[in-house]
Amino acid sequence: MSAEQNTEQEFTSVIKVRDLVTHYGTRQILNGISMEVRDGEIMVIMGGSGSGKSTLLRHLMALEAKTSGTMTILDQNIDDLSMQQMFDLRKKLGVAFQGGALFSSMTVGENVMLPLFEHTKLDRMTMDIMVRMKLEVVELGGFENLMPAELSGGMIKRAAFARACVMDPKILFCDEPSAGLDPAVASALDELILRLRDALGMSIVVVTHELDSAFKIADRMTVLDRGDILFIGTPEEIRNSPNERIQKILNREPDSDEVDVDVYLRRLTGEDMYGGAQL
Amino acid sequence: MSEIPPGLFTRTADNVGRKTITAVEEVGNGATLIFQSVFWLFMGRRYGQPVRAGSVVVQMMETGIYAIPILVLLNAAIGVMLAIQGIYTLKIFGAESRVTFGIAFAIVREFGPLITGILIAGRTGSSLAARLGTMRINQELDALHVMGINPVRFLVVPALVAMVIMVPLLTFLCDVVGLLAAGLYVQFTLDISLAAYFDQVVDVLSVGDLMHGLGKSILFGVLICIIGVVNGASVTGGAEGVGKVTTRSVVQAISAIVLTDMIFAYIATLG
Ligand SMILES: Nc1ncnc2c1ncn2[C@@H]1O[C@H](COP(=O)(O)OP(=O)(O)OP(=O)(O)O)[C@@H](O)[C@H]1O
Ligand SMILES: [Mg+2]
Repeated sequence: MSAEQNTEQEFTSVIKVRDLVTHYGTRQILNGISMEVRDGEIMVIMGGSGSGKSTLLRHLMALEAKTSGTMTILDQNIDDLSMQQMFDLRKKLGVAFQGGALFSSMTVGENVMLPLFEHTKLDRMTMDIMVRMKLEVVELGGFENLMPAELSGGMIKRAAFARACVMDPKILFCDEPSAGLDPAVASALDELILRLRDALGMSIVVVTHELDSAFKIADRMTVLDRGDILFIGTPEEIRNSPNERIQKILNREPDSDEVDVDVYLRRLTGEDMYGGAQL
Repeated sequence: MSEIPPGLFTRTADNVGRKTITAVEEVGNGATLIFQSVFWLFMGRRYGQPVRAGSVVVQMMETGIYAIPILVLLNAAIGVMLAIQGIYTLKIFGAESRVTFGIAFAIVREFGPLITGILIAGRTGSSLAARLGTMRINQELDALHVMGINPVRFLVVPALVAMVIMVPLLTFLCDVVGLLAAGLYVQFTLDISLAAYFDQVVDVLSVGDLMHGLGKSILFGVLICIIGVVNGASVTGGAEGVGKVTTRSVVQAISAIVLTDMIFAYIATLG
């Protein structure tokens, strides 16, 4: 963490969080988190289930009210923003939700077009072209007239990416982009995320469970543990970290004080169900 | 030998307390929602959040046009039913020919708005709750937020405006259909021509009677929409939750309509 502090000045950051504390009801979920997302980097947020990854992500995109702490997005303190400024800020953010969150009453094309339609004065033809281009990027060219219900899970995620990117956002957020996808599609999504950073210079925040994918795409990682930050650093620094809990996560060892269903089931049935332990 | 289980009273009291708080909260949410809707309807353009005429039209078709066949059928049946019962009752006094009075008042002041309201509550109110609930669960509402699209402006206002326009229009249509169906029955049963029947109807009804019914129906439209949205937006717990809030919204909307109807009728007849 001390190395972190020293280098901080050299980078411009797009998101800065200081001492973020949040509650759901009376339960405290995040216990004073400080972190930043730098311009043009891919920041991966990792951590065990229930550690607060999705909660942190929702706060980073200003979707949730915090208890205390300060948050600056693109140099604007979100507490000081008027409604109009908030709307303007949001146009610079793109989000690919875990389940896609495509609007089920609209076609894929209409979904991708919606932000353009709402926030720009482009004519229909230009919008059509832009939509087709974005869909090509996620390899969904020609699918614009299908309804979301007619797409597979991986296609929905890719369409959600297209929608998140259609306004060329400064910051892109992805919740579990590769969860539940087959390896080929998952790695294609990783490639896509890398391409978005390199070609468009986006800053990207990704929440993920998948270690392989995390190490492949991350410029830096934030490891959460029960509402606290365990570690922030490059993949290299994390691999070499002596911290016991981090090594546990890297080695996919289950938390000792949590019930592990797989182990329990295996003990019950007396057989190795999956061949290898999976997180 | 029935023993009262320990803690039953406190638990019941606790439950009643919780339910009361929820109810008050929901009424508050509804009121806020109406306020916000009015705000976005008139101020939206200033914030780059205009309410689109296109979405209002879509909602009007959904709420209004597609509901016409079933509404016509129901109101024709109600008209005939009123005529049958009216003639049957008035026969006791040998006053069957005065049946027009009863029919005209009953349909225009009560049955037109009430049947329309109940049907729209079952049809549009429930689908609003289901739609909002599903959107909430699928994070579509969050998606709207982060896209910088206000969900009230985008989803609620078009539905609300469509209701406020369509429910009175449908009610008026239902009034006409009900009166016509009743008139046809009267023509067949008694020796009164349809023209004479409508002369009588126009004679006994005042503009105030018509407005009484239509005014109520606007209120019903607002209630149905707000109850549907508040329920849908408060959904928790997956697809099952959506089913629950949908049912709940229909029950609440119909109850609200009937109660409002009574209060409205009481206040409107005070003077
Ligand atoms: N809507 C909610 N209401 C109440 N508590 C919530 C809500 N969402 C999350 N929580 C709680 O906040 C904590 C953190 O949840 P969060 O979803 O951020 O975890 P996560 O790290 O994303 O886990 P996962 O990897 O399983 O998605 C959990 O203990 C959860 O119970
Ligand atoms: Mg999560």
